[in-house]
Amino acid sequence: MTVTRFCIRTYRQDLKIFRSPAAKVSLAILMLLLLTLPVWAGRYIVFVSCLCGVSVIGALGLNILTGYTGLISLGHAAFLGIGAYTAAILSAKAGFPFIAALPLAAVMAAATGAVVGIPTLRLRGMYLVVTTLAFQFITEHVIYHWESLTESDRGIKLATPYIFGIKLDTYESIYYVILFFAVAAAVFTKNLAMSRTGRAFVAIRDRDIAAEIIGINLAKYKILAFVVSSAMAGLAGALHAYLVGLIGPEYFVFSQSILYIAMIIVGGMGTVLGSIIGAVFMVLLPEVINAISGPIASAYPFFSPRIGAVAVTVYGLVIIFFLIFEPQGLFGIWIRLKRYWKPWPFTY
Amino acid sequence: MVFEILLQLTMTGLAWGSVYACIALGFVLILKATDVFNFAQPELMMLGAYMSFSLITYLRLPFLASFFVTLILMGVVAAMLEMTVIRPMVGEPVLSVIMVTLGLSNVLRGVVGLIWGYEEQQFPSPFPYEPVIIFGAAINQAEIFTVAATAVLLIVFFLFFKYSESGISMRATAEDTTTAFLMGINVKRVFTASWVIAAVVSTIAGVFLATFSFLEPIMGFTGLKALPAVILGGLDSVHGAIIGGLIIGVAENLAGFYLEDYLGSGMNEITAYIIVLIIMMVRPYGLFGTREIERV
Repeated sequence: MTVTRFCIRTYRQDLKIFRSPAAKVSLAILMLLLLTLPVWAGRYIVFVSCLCGVSVIGALGLNILTGYTGLISLGHAAFLGIGAYTAAILSAKAGFPFIAALPLAAVMAAATGAVVGIPTLRLRGMYLVVTTLAFQFITEHVIYHWESLTESDRGIKLATPYIFGIKLDTYESIYYVILFFAVAAAVFTKNLAMSRTGRAFVAIRDRDIAAEIIGINLAKYKILAFVVSSAMAGLAGALHAYLVGLIGPEYFVFSQSILYIAMIIVGGMGTVLGSIIGAVFMVLLPEVINAISGPIASAYPFFSPRIGAVAVTVYGLVIIFFLIFEPQGLFGIWIRLKRYWKPWPFTY
Repeated sequence: MVFEILLQLTMTGLAWGSVYACIALGFVLILKATDVFNFAQPELMMLGAYMSFSLITYLRLPFLASFFVTLILMGVVAAMLEMTVIRPMVGEPVLSVIMVTLGLSNVLRGVVGLIWGYEEQQFPSPFPYEPVIIFGAAINQAEIFTVAATAVLLIVFFLFFKYSESGISMRATAEDTTTAFLMGINVKRVFTASWVIAAVVSTIAGVFLATFSFLEPIMGFTGLKALPAVILGGLDSVHGAIIGGLIIGVAENLAGFYLEDYLGSGMNEITAYIIVLIIMMVRPYGLFGTREIERV
């Protein structure tokens, strides 16, 4: 009977989303802060929060594919681009309303994801990585050169979105839409990870042959991972398009794909909280760099054309730093902090 | 006229292909020796080209002297990178290793941007600018030198790996790291050596590319097209990487010219990736790669 004392949780408790009342309370406080954000924060902070929300959705999508299923993709930004351009073209050229363009963007990206997913069944490791890289560059090329449809680098101006008769023409109003989808994406991913499907994904990641032997349909689940991941990317892309209003090819280039991988690595692979923290961190990082390097650039004008290089370098350094010194990501630091404070003030 | 244009395009393609082949060779060397897929390879090429550029324009060194000084400097840089950044990552999951090299490529690109700026720069080419007329086709001399230099380089490397003791120990490490270690090969030194050689090979590629192209920080993305070359040839095949590089160089030049009327400009930028997509559907292990058989 003494053994049970060491079992902190039962399986039933382990399967719950909220493992303790404290988690519920802290989440409620966070939600309250997020819901009232436009009230107490300025326009700039709301805009940056919107960007964070978009990236959270995208990062959660990539996390399903790479973090849970173990399929590495260097083409995530291409799926965001497909979503964004679907929404933009439907909205600007076909006059679709916001509420129809948004799901269609996700569907379009998901369909592309399914097509890209098919070759992955035969490809392993680096062959897959370079194939997704090829998909990224080909999508970039199509966006840039199919001028009659995408307007190339002039960009497409989206119509102002309406939802249930409410005009979403300010950052504050679209903030709530993005917040809704970001929270929905997080809840969905958390539930998916704990479902039968999520466990199949993790089994494929850990050893796909073993997963196949215990009866997991590899083809079905690998393609499903691609579909779900790219649908979320498409949604994120469409929201991004509506947020900025004018969408151009530069938002969906290869470096954005790297940025998304950096998010899930910096945050902590294969965890929902990690993807969220990582996405917020990587969105805030350039803002902080700009805030610091902006005054430097204006003080030394000869330096200003090269200021972009600082951000690129810092990105690289952050990625390298986390991988070498903190492979568990920010999530790992968070867990360690929690462990440290739990028995406080006693050391153990 | 048709034949002359074709010949000219093929020659330019071969020159670009040689550049891709050299970078691809660097990829494969590092991959085989250390199991690291080095996404920073194109940036090493770029850094080498810029270094050589500075030595020529600011220190007024002659081309050959600057070339060899650059090779030594890049060797040192690569050895330092390997020991500080890559060594701690050996044995980590694939994604982490890829991401470290992607991070490294960001850092290198940023450093090049910081030091040399983002403007296009003209590399002072040591080769005469007048084209040579062969069978009526005007061929840029820099391109001929590039192809010739690559050919010499490849023969040197072939002999090095076939006959020299270091070359054989590198092949042994690539074959089976643990066994090589047990046989008394200094595996750490082989790891560093593979990075140094890869950096030297891609620096040669970079300098020659710069003689018939421009210097700019997006050169790294051009060099990234060596990746499709590696995949096309098969990841673990050295001659596959070289053949893959040449195929892609020629194919993209021909496609850029002949398909422009049908598919618009800029086709040469993505031909490499389209070829890879098609090949991966047919042969998931590339043209010369060994098929991995996994036993459970």
